[in-house]
Amino acid sequence: MLINEFLLLGAALFAIGVYGVLARRNGVMVLMSIELILNAVNINLVAFGALHQDVVGQVFALFVITVAAAEVGVGLAIVLLLYRNRQSIDLDEVDSMSG
Amino acid sequence: MLLAETQVAQHIAFGVIAAIVVGGALLVVTTNNVVRAALYLVAVLAGVGASFLLLGAEFVGITQILVYIGAIVVLFLFGIMLTRAPIGSELRLTGRGWPAGLAVAIAIAGVLGYALIDQFGNDKLPPGSQQYTAQVSDSIFSTYLVPFEVVSVLLLAALVGAIVLARKE
Repeated sequence: MLINEFLLLGAALFAIGVYGVLARRNGVMVLMSIELILNAVNINLVAFGALHQDVVGQVFALFVITVAAAEVGVGLAIVLLLYRNRQSIDLDEVDSMSG
Repeated sequence: MLLAETQVAQHIAFGVIAAIVVGGALLVVTTNNVVRAALYLVAVLAGVGASFLLLGAEFVGITQILVYIGAIVVLFLFGIMLTRAPIGSELRLTGRGWPAGLAVAIAIAGVLGYALIDQFGNDKLPPGSQQYTAQVSDSIFSTYLVPFEVVSVLLLAALVGAIVLARKE
């Protein structure tokens, strides 16, 4: 297997995730796009670990998975609070702090 | 002979996985239905887990299935239900800024792709590059013991924080 196959897959997944974060206006959809980005990072970590015959890549990927779980928990709590206060999770309407 | 056949099989498997991952990810960011987006996300996460298995990272692959598909997607579905998203299609999921987002995404993909092809070209993964679960656990519980404990405290803090945030006054 070529290392570039996995790295290019990770790059494509990362770019798609960035598009989702920038283009989506629903809070839950933005969180899903962040998951795509974190998965792209994990592919890269594991692929480089395999390239250098080092187990550290897998260890870091496991840490990223853990942090992603924590991030989704807190993020969905924030979206839920937003819905409770405004009856909408449209991120374009959350502009109280824009100048 | 056997090695060559294994390599061909690996390439075919990777092609299928890459098609599922990229196609599913495109559907996640373009579909107009929140629940379907969560189901497409399952396909993407399963494909990424399969690519971990292809790289010989069995423990990370299984953890991916358990944590992402088992827990995080269920969390997403709860979030969708609790924010009362209509179960049909929703027209207002994509904001006005999507052309700018598309331009940024294409620029990132172009730069990353160019840099990767320029740097790694035809570099091959070493054959039989499997790292066993025992090595992973040895590494976590010796070299990375302190980060491991910090991550468990982070999980506890996130749990408490999510409960405090979502609790009704």
